[in-house]
Amino acid sequence: MATDLSEDSVGIVEPQQIHIDEPLTLRSGKVLPACDIVYETYGELNAEKTNAILVCHALSGDHHAAGYHADDEKKPGWWETCIGPGKAIDTNLFFVVSMNNLGGCGGTTGPASVNPETGKYWGPDFPVVTVRDWVKSQAMLMDRLDITKWAAVVGGSLGGMQVLRWAISYPDRLANAVCIAAAPKLSAQNIAFNEVARQSITTDPNFHDGYYLEHGTYPKQGLTLARMVGHITYLSDSAMRAKFGKTLTDFESEASNFGRDLRSGKLSFGFNVDFQVESYLHYQGERFSANFDANTYLLMTKALDYFDPSVDYDGDLSKAFSYGNCKFLLVSFSTDWRFPPERSRELVNDLLNAGREVTYVEVEADQGHDAFLLPIPRYINAFKGYLDRVHEEMSGNAS
Amino acid sequence: MRPDLEIIQKWIEPNSRVLDLGCGDGDLLHYLKTTKQARGIGLEIDEENIQHCIENGVNVIEQNLDQGLSNFQSNSFDTVLLAQTLQALSNPDQLIDEMLRIGEKGIITFPNFGNWKSRLYLATKGRMPVSKFMPHQWYDTPNIHFCTVKDFDALCRDKNIKVLTRTVVDSQLKGSWAMKSWPNFLGEIAIYHITKD
Repeated sequence: MATDLSEDSVGIVEPQQIHIDEPLTLRSGKVLPACDIVYETYGELNAEKTNAILVCHALSGDHHAAGYHADDEKKPGWWETCIGPGKAIDTNLFFVVSMNNLGGCGGTTGPASVNPETGKYWGPDFPVVTVRDWVKSQAMLMDRLDITKWAAVVGGSLGGMQVLRWAISYPDRLANAVCIAAAPKLSAQNIAFNEVARQSITTDPNFHDGYYLEHGTYPKQGLTLARMVGHITYLSDSAMRAKFGKTLTDFESEASNFGRDLRSGKLSFGFNVDFQVESYLHYQGERFSANFDANTYLLMTKALDYFDPSVDYDGDLSKAFSYGNCKFLLVSFSTDWRFPPERSRELVNDLLNAGREVTYVEVEADQGHDAFLLPIPRYINAFKGYLDRVHEEMSGNAS
Repeated sequence: MRPDLEIIQKWIEPNSRVLDLGCGDGDLLHYLKTTKQARGIGLEIDEENIQHCIENGVNVIEQNLDQGLSNFQSNSFDTVLLAQTLQALSNPDQLIDEMLRIGEKGIITFPNFGNWKSRLYLATKGRMPVSKFMPHQWYDTPNIHFCTVKDFDALCRDKNIKVLTRTVVDSQLKGSWAMKSWPNFLGEIAIYHITKD
């Protein structure tokens, strides 16, 4: 089956583009004179413009969050499980906006765009952007869509960090903040993995100090390796065992296989790909490297590393949350070791200390960090229950 | 509404901040929010209850009371509630201390094990009481710390906790002059409104 145009999909969608001719002063102090923003919308904006939800994407995501670009497109948008008619983010109720972040490679101005001042690719000269800058640019799009307040800003992982930033930077411009599988800031371990990913890209001979597009090439190996490392951190040990441990033998059950399925049924006694897990990582890495810009990957990982909204508040995040009255929903997943439940609980405590209204759900799930993209019933029910309630209260139908 | 909750709600001031420990399906917090504009947060671990709270628009945090409440700041709530949960805690005495650290006042309700029915059951059958109200067998009960009204009074004295109001009722919420006179013998549910002395 090529395209799933079933009733719970938004179906065929078309990206839109807007040119913003307004200088954007970035956190680094640099100024981006103008930019193009590519975004998609799903559902209908109501007459009062009160039912808009902003969806923020994570490291490798883009504006294409739901539906299909064409009939024969194999994969839908990255959050198809959660966005659509009757889904958690119900497009029958809400108008959903999803944009490709600045520095991205989905059409919004980024390193792979041409810098109008030089006529050349921005490449490594594209300024380092932070979560704060993204949120600023999202607010610029919001103004142009004539929306004054989001019913909710929603995101997982790095997307969840943008949600937190919204609540701090524009506390009056959102009614609800839904922050899934995120953290108040990265740990040394998180940064370490990002640095390995960056090093694998920048040491690729085809990287050319970031000017690879000028050389008509790209650091395929480096980007593949970066994605392979990243992918390991998105999965849990148990998820990998289950995914790559399907072979049953007379002496081996699924439980004792440990995810050691062989690719061709026997060992090669060479340094080839022997196990399914290796083959899978190679496949994921290569597929990713063909579709993603290496400089964007560097930027996105830096935005993650730099994220720490407490820096402006003497290191006390609860002070950052002290202004505003949006409500929060936080969700974490038990086997997520990238941003584990403890990190979400830190956020919950900061919000409580700030006297904010917060709901927190800790979902038992085997799938690791990736769980936020998957149809896990308890997660989806809580997410949907929360947003349906938001809609009821908004429409004055709440009991 | 559960009978003990009916009495509790009278002690909650309008616009107050309420922390409900073991908030169940959130009915009380929802009621307090709509009738008294109370700003409530509930703690709960049961998945179905949490889902019900969310659908009810009640703020709920998935948190196990047995792991303590150290994440809550002192004096951050007006009232901290503990309804029909005391007997299921690992360290009820420590939790009571925590309640009065976090809140100005505390409200605690628990099934009174000193009730004549429990006494009669134990006296005549010689076995741990099982009833419609307390339906579990001793080996699989969540209720690991039953106490009586007298026991609780003693604990309050030991901890210098001031009892603002003590009410006992039967399972239909009815009180009587007799229950007032012999609370530990006749009361089925004990309801305490407490504060730091």
